[in-house]
Amino acid sequence: MSETMSAREARGPHEVGGAEARPERRFEAVIGIECHVELKTRSKMFCGCPNEFGGEPNTNVCPVCLALPGALPVANTAAIEHMIRAGLAFNAEIPAFSKFDRKNYFYPDMPKDYQISQYDMPLTQGGVVRYWLDDGTMKECRLTRIHLEEDTGKSTHAGSGDGRIAGSTYSLVDFNRAGVPLMECVSEPEIHSAEEAVGYLESLRRTLQQIGVSDVKMEEGSLRCDANVSIRPVGSTELGTKTEIKNMNSFRSVHRAIESEIERQIAVIESGGRIVQETRGWDEVKGVTHSMRSKEQAHDYRYFPDPDLVPLEVSRAVVERIRAELPELPPARFVRYTTQYGLDVKQATQLIDNVALALYFDEVVNASGNAKQSTNFVLGDLSRLANETQTPVHASPVTPAHLAELIALVEGKTINSKIAKDLIERMWRGEGSPKAIVEREGLAQTSDPAAIEKFVDDVLAANEKSVGEYKAGKTNVIGFLVGQVMKASKGKADPQLVNALMKQKLES
Amino acid sequence: MNSHTINGSIRILSSEKIDVRYVAKLARIALTDDEVERFGTQLSDLLEHVDALSRLDVSQVAATAQVVESRNVERPDEERPCLNRETVLTEAPQRQGGFFRVPRIIAE
Ligand SMILES: [Zn+2]
Repeated sequence: MSETMSAREARGPHEVGGAEARPERRFEAVIGIECHVELKTRSKMFCGCPNEFGGEPNTNVCPVCLALPGALPVANTAAIEHMIRAGLAFNAEIPAFSKFDRKNYFYPDMPKDYQISQYDMPLTQGGVVRYWLDDGTMKECRLTRIHLEEDTGKSTHAGSGDGRIAGSTYSLVDFNRAGVPLMECVSEPEIHSAEEAVGYLESLRRTLQQIGVSDVKMEEGSLRCDANVSIRPVGSTELGTKTEIKNMNSFRSVHRAIESEIERQIAVIESGGRIVQETRGWDEVKGVTHSMRSKEQAHDYRYFPDPDLVPLEVSRAVVERIRAELPELPPARFVRYTTQYGLDVKQATQLIDNVALALYFDEVVNASGNAKQSTNFVLGDLSRLANETQTPVHASPVTPAHLAELIALVEGKTINSKIAKDLIERMWRGEGSPKAIVEREGLAQTSDPAAIEKFVDDVLAANEKSVGEYKAGKTNVIGFLVGQVMKASKGKADPQLVNALMKQKLES
Repeated sequence: MNSHTINGSIRILSSEKIDVRYVAKLARIALTDDEVERFGTQLSDLLEHVDALSRLDVSQVAATAQVVESRNVERPDEERPCLNRETVLTEAPQRQGGFFRVPRIIAE
């Protein structure tokens, strides 16, 4: 831990609440994030009930997930492999030996009165989440561990009118979610602002989604997160007293809740008070965190190895097979796009969030060797057409090879950009190779000076009024005159040549 | 409770008095004073018995989390039939529609 601190301090203190939020930076925020992620499997963690969201209450249940006497859990191989997949994606260590433990506590949505979890020998140890901020800065936050457990059922507090636990007179329990494989992902306290927290979560979510281990939908509860927030004077290496923030239902709430909690803690400290270690709930409407007034007794979960489940030996062959299956991950793709291809943060992020489009884009760049034009066409015309027709780019008739061919035609000045725009619409409609269309219809750009001169002379002769205006100093009419030439040439004249020649003639 | 932390886990020593009331609270069991006295003695005897193990030389014995030898007992990710909801809820002390109805939850 002390190593981390010195490494971080060496990079200089981070601001609280973003660069513009506070002019004087007397405090640094220290944030750790805990995520619960439901794994995407067909069946639950320890039984064959379907793992699906939104079923009729208590229909996806069996003796195992209801904890009926005598029922025995058997671990789901797919969930274990998802854990290894996630660990490898974050460069974590995958120990050769792992086991399940019982975490003992009582809650009505947990029918066994213990939760099967992992205590001291989780499936993954360590690791790091690389993420980026809106300005393109790459950051890192180390993971403590990712462990596998089972989700609880879902209780609805009733009788209070507002669904809250306070004032409710009874609760209704649905065990469909009980036993769904759940990954708990704990970060080190290495995040220093609300922006960084959201950047971290975005990267975590993208990665888990793209490696196929979870749907990571906050609105369906397949991604849930809590934040541990503390502050300390800038330059200090000691950790302050932390509070745990809960009830954040979107990344926007995470941002707002952390900002608000940092401000609250600074105000408490500055007015001579002390931070109390407690759980605080985020109130979306009021925009503040409030104490959940839980008695902060240390929980005594009395973990012990689950005698119903035998230990896991994770073979290196399985680890290597899963490693080989991993796709290119979002942070690597981000670095490649921004540094190698010169994309801006928005463009890179847009592609990363649409993997099919990113794969298409990569093929176009490989075939054309021109990242800039590939970006323009893929994120410009093609994405617009995809939106208009509700057809994904990769499923359209425009193949990466055809688009690369079009880029080559533009690069070689065989066609100008206006013709290119027209061509891409026709390719989208399924007319095939742009080269073939150009040849068939004689759309190649005219760079023959004699032919262009003829067009220019004709236009000048027909527009004496504009020529007079130009000579009287209204030089912007040149745009109109060039436009007339382009029109006369059916768009085929090389616009640069036309422009140069027109200027030369008007000024002679 | 008197306890020592060894490698992050809690270990109670028999030489120390066990806090029966605390253990009962964790287990949600209400005990009378007589019961606290009686179970305290019994639990201490049990712990003493377990403590006998610590007098053995186990330096040559590998650590284990399970007494059975088998490893990696897993199942393929396949769906199996669930129970019928009516069957499930018939056994519930209280139900409401398709839900189990439970007493008011008091936040801890
Ligand atoms: Zn089940």
